[in-house]
Amino acid sequence: MLSILRTLWNVLLHMFHRRETVQYPEEKPYLPPRHKGRIILSRDPDGGERCVACYLCAVACPVDCISLQATEDETGRRYPEFFRINFSRCIFCGYCEEACPTYAIQLTPDFEMGEYHRQNLVYEKEDLLINGPGKRAGYNFWRVSGVQIGGKDKGEAENEAPPVDLHSPLP
Amino acid sequence: MDALFYIASAVAIIATFLMLTRMNVVHALLFLIVSLLAVAVVFYTLGAPFVAALEIIIYAGAIMVLFIFVVMMLNLGKRAAAQEREWQRPSLWVGPSALAAVLVAEVVYLLTHADTRMSGAVALGPRQVSQSLFGPYLIGAELASMLLLGGLVGAFHLGRRIREKR
Amino acid sequence: MNPILKSLLILFLVIFIPLNLAAGLIWLERRLLALWQDRYGPNRVGPFGVLQVLADMIKIFFKEDWIPPFADKAVFVIAPAIIMITVLMSFTVVPWAPGATVANMNIGLLFFLAMSSLGVYSIVLAGWASDSKYSLLGGLRASAQMLSYEVFMGLSLMGTVLLTGSFRLNNIVDAQRHMWFVIPQFLGFVLFLIAGVAETRRLPFDLPEAESELVAGFHSEYSGMKFGMFFVGEYLGVILISAMITVLFFGGWRGPWLPPIVWFALKTLCFICFFILLRAALPRPRFDQLMSWGWKVMLPLALINLLVTGAVALAART
Repeated sequence: MLSILRTLWNVLLHMFHRRETVQYPEEKPYLPPRHKGRIILSRDPDGGERCVACYLCAVACPVDCISLQATEDETGRRYPEFFRINFSRCIFCGYCEEACPTYAIQLTPDFEMGEYHRQNLVYEKEDLLINGPGKRAGYNFWRVSGVQIGGKDKGEAENEAPPVDLHSPLP
Repeated sequence: MDALFYIASAVAIIATFLMLTRMNVVHALLFLIVSLLAVAVVFYTLGAPFVAALEIIIYAGAIMVLFIFVVMMLNLGKRAAAQEREWQRPSLWVGPSALAAVLVAEVVYLLTHADTRMSGAVALGPRQVSQSLFGPYLIGAELASMLLLGGLVGAFHLGRRIREKR
Repeated sequence: MNPILKSLLILFLVIFIPLNLAAGLIWLERRLLALWQDRYGPNRVGPFGVLQVLADMIKIFFKEDWIPPFADKAVFVIAPAIIMITVLMSFTVVPWAPGATVANMNIGLLFFLAMSSLGVYSIVLAGWASDSKYSLLGGLRASAQMLSYEVFMGLSLMGTVLLTGSFRLNNIVDAQRHMWFVIPQFLGFVLFLIAGVAETRRLPFDLPEAESELVAGFHSEYSGMKFGMFFVGEYLGVILISAMITVLFFGGWRGPWLPPIVWFALKTLCFICFFILLRAALPRPRFDQLMSWGWKVMLPLALINLLVTGAVALAART
């Protein structure tokens, strides 16, 4: 009986405690930079698309919400012809970001994506691409990979020795 | 007041009749409850508000709830309704109807000949009821309470034996 | 003023005010529960979220009013009406202020008890008519619980009746001119409070609808405004029990300086808040615990209270 009265009194005292509720639309919660929210496609420091359309993100995606089509420009640089994420299926697990070899696909601390029509949740490449490098500021895949593209021949990448001349007798 | 009395009585009679003819037990009980409520109104118009209140609290409020409780536990379905229909053949109505008709005739005679007291009835408060209950009718009240105590002990005894068997 | 007009006005107010209060209580309860659980509660619609009630009402009126095909249709429809009728009928005997009673009966208290005992039917019939096992279990629990707690609810009030010598609620209020009955009848007050919680099926004693066990108990199958009637009926019951506690144990409208109706409202509001506090703080007991408390603890205590009060009253008279 006494314990019941004590419980009542303790609950009554909660009137003067601090509220735990975050008054959301007026008062935004702090989201850390690595929060897994809306997915974006980032760009190189020099403005090119990072995505090389390797399909690894589409394979890693457990709910199959990513679809893309690879293509090449005339210089041999791969890029996605279209890149589509269906956010009504996406579970924001971040596996695509982990799978991406070029840091192109990244998750951002933004979750306010409400729509009145489901079709509006299908984001095309134009919606996904941002004008910046995202979390990896200095990284440029085409600068470190050995692949030959327009404006960069073999051996011109960072930390890359010039190719061995097979026809030369010297090593 | 007279009109109220007659309306309530009519409701009581009709509800009781409907109670007898229902196939579904719970519907029958509902009509019985309505009939008891109507009887309570009759008591009130006759100047016995205390008895009316007790009628509602004890009969309508407690005993009929127990009836419904038991019926709910029995899980009567369509089969029970069919059986009821079988039992309520018209030929079975003759005997009870004749007896009831005799009673009705008696009541009609009483109503038409003796002076009915309901319009001039004196209001009987709880105080008078209790004074007569614990005064001239003390033995009756005590006997009734003994009977209830006996029932209570019996129920307790029955409940105990079932528990010991487990 | 014309006496008929006056009584009609009181009748209208007595029906209109509790019904609106009951709706407002939904907001109050949600705000208070939130307050005691370190939240805010509904605070978006209108100032302090008061218009939440209006929004809920509009929503509930537009919901589909579905009667299950397996239900017993007539009883299913009648059941929610019974609770509203019985509780609103009980409000007719409550003395709000001197002279402001619809029916100043000499058996007012018994009328209140009679109506609260008829309220059981609403729950039991709803449970039976729904023809679903959870509803039926809720109905069975409700009938057993309310029947048992009704017994000592009546007995716990008889102490005040003994001290007053009348069932008329106005007389009971008048008899508390010098001392509130909560002091000589403290045990009766506690018992009536517990029985009141059980009769209105509020948490800790909401076993008939215990949502963690029985989905929603007797109103599992109800939707739309039929469910709304159960909902409002429950809140009306809370107001009624609070008003009765005020009348029977806390001197009704009596109090210094302020007008009587304000005193009455303040006292009643305190008990409504207490009911909500009970809901915020206490867990639900098991059903067998509930029944054995009722019959083995509460009933003997009520009888002892009655006997002692009677003995003292008799000794004081001679």
